[in-house]
Amino acid sequence: MDFAVVVTVEILHSIAVLVLISSGLAVIFGMMRVINLAHGEFLTLGGYVAILGHRSGLNLYFCMLVLAPVVVGLWGLIVERLVVRWLYGRLINTMLATWGLSLAMTGAFSMIFGNTMTGIPNPLSGLTVGNYQIGGYSLFLIAAAALVMLVIYIVLKATRAGLIARGAMQRPDMAQAFGLNISHVYMTTFAAGAALSGLAGALLAPLVGLSPGSGANYIAKAFITVISGGASVVTGTIASAGLFGSISQIFTLVTSSVGGEIALLVAAVVLLRLMPVGITGRFFKGWT
Amino acid sequence: MNSRILMMEAGRVLVGTLVCALVLPFIVDVHTATLLTIYAMLALSLGFIWGFGGILCFGQAAFYGLGAYTYALAAINFNGAWAAFALAILVPAVFAGLLGALMFYGRLSDVYLAVVTLVVTLILFKFFNSTAGPTYRIGEARLGGFNGIPGFPTLTVPGDPGTYIYGAGLFYFTIALLALVYLGLRLTLLSPFGRIIVSLRENEERTELLGYDVRFYKSAAFALSGGLAGLAGCLFANWAEIVTPGLFSLGQSAEIIIWVIVGGLGTLIGPMIGAALLGYLKFVLGHQSAVDNSFIMGVLLIVVVLFLQEGLVPTVARFMKAGLRRPSSKKSRRQRRRKRAVSNAG
Repeated sequence: MDFAVVVTVEILHSIAVLVLISSGLAVIFGMMRVINLAHGEFLTLGGYVAILGHRSGLNLYFCMLVLAPVVVGLWGLIVERLVVRWLYGRLINTMLATWGLSLAMTGAFSMIFGNTMTGIPNPLSGLTVGNYQIGGYSLFLIAAAALVMLVIYIVLKATRAGLIARGAMQRPDMAQAFGLNISHVYMTTFAAGAALSGLAGALLAPLVGLSPGSGANYIAKAFITVISGGASVVTGTIASAGLFGSISQIFTLVTSSVGGEIALLVAAVVLLRLMPVGITGRFFKGWT
Repeated sequence: MNSRILMMEAGRVLVGTLVCALVLPFIVDVHTATLLTIYAMLALSLGFIWGFGGILCFGQAAFYGLGAYTYALAAINFNGAWAAFALAILVPAVFAGLLGALMFYGRLSDVYLAVVTLVVTLILFKFFNSTAGPTYRIGEARLGGFNGIPGFPTLTVPGDPGTYIYGAGLFYFTIALLALVYLGLRLTLLSPFGRIIVSLRENEERTELLGYDVRFYKSAAFALSGGLAGLAGCLFANWAEIVTPGLFSLGQSAEIIIWVIVGGLGTLIGPMIGAALLGYLKFVLGHQSAVDNSFIMGVLLIVVVLFLQEGLVPTVARFMKAGLRRPSSKKSRRQRRRKRAVSNAG
């Protein structure tokens, strides 16, 4: 019984991590059909901001939940204005340009922070379930992931901003005819996605050490979660994160952590072969 | 095919190769020149499939690494290095063919193609990275995990197994192979197969409606490209005398793409020039520590995507053509002035 609880929490934790690292990318890809390959570095930037903020004496939760999203969101705004906005509608070119951004940011990190690992201590102690120990921070992450998904859903479905965003993505010409400034909508959406990445990166910082190349660990997982999820931001992310998170955690328990990662990647290739339009392109059509 | 075109092309390639083979060792040392030549071949493999087939593979490094590892493993297990050489081309080609078939018969394109190739590269990277310890071995060879495989026998002169090909010999061998590969690709592009590949890039639907099995041609072209990347990997293994999982890294894949796009998409010569130039730049940058190498590469990629879409070679070629067309002699300038005067008066 205790063991079942622990395994469940582990699986939920692994799903939550996937949800967090892919939510920013999902917003940007799902809404704008833009692949941001610098996403991993956005996450790393969030982590660095949280660490620097914490070191300079600010409250850890303030750094993770407010400072990191704001800084990375602003950075996303700059990137959108300078690079991405010239490339809308040219998918491959956006991928290439943002890959360049990813390399440049990795280089910049190692110039600024040096090629070393940094980290912050885990702020929450463990809980005891029978003979086992569960990380308190795991539960916090699960709650945070659920909350992030809920907030995205509510914003998209129930607010005026979400309505404008969805309308502008579905029929840009029509939205423009109604007097909306499409360029601003894109800019805001991109910045919002970047802010989500910053939040996720900061939330994960206590779990993993950060090095300039950390982004590479995230990008592939985030990328396949979003692509396999398909066009719907919330449903797609939850569905594919649920699938891949379970697969990877189960294989990690049975074999090793590398086995889990490889199982995740193989599952992604098989899934894309079977459902080239992603899970929500096949099922749950029209969900948000 | 016209045999005259063939002869002319062969002549040009011969001259170009000779010039490069004679000049390059004076600009950089032979050791570096060999590496630049290997890079050029790797860039050529992606330049072919991306520039002519319109298929952007984000995981060209997978085939490159596979070629290098196949060579190392086979060279340890077999006695003859040349059998390993053949396998190092064959294995990545078959692997690419199968992967291509998996993707193209499933009708995957652009983003999905990118994800699958990227993910496959990552799987290989993770796998080879985690193979430390004596349990992971193929025949006599241990895979060695993060440290890779050192100390495998390199290529020898055919007929004389005691004499290794290294140093200047390896450089001339590599550049001769590059010339052959380039010529081979030129001929392929002139052949019916090559024309179908180009028509795929232009309009896949129309090609299919004309009765060609698009999926088959794409997979075949992918296999060819994979085999060439494997050849480059095999040469790299001979050059470095060690293979490591770093060959499969995403950074390596990114670098290949940057070479091709900087050099010029849709040409064969562009990717080679891009690879040699940027490879040299990396070599120069490696000697200083003020600016990080990947920072420069990244900024370069952004700038090229935003401002220099065509890449270096097509841009330069256009400027040169424009320069040739402009009459520059005194007489013609006078004529032009007169013409302008007349048209103004009219």
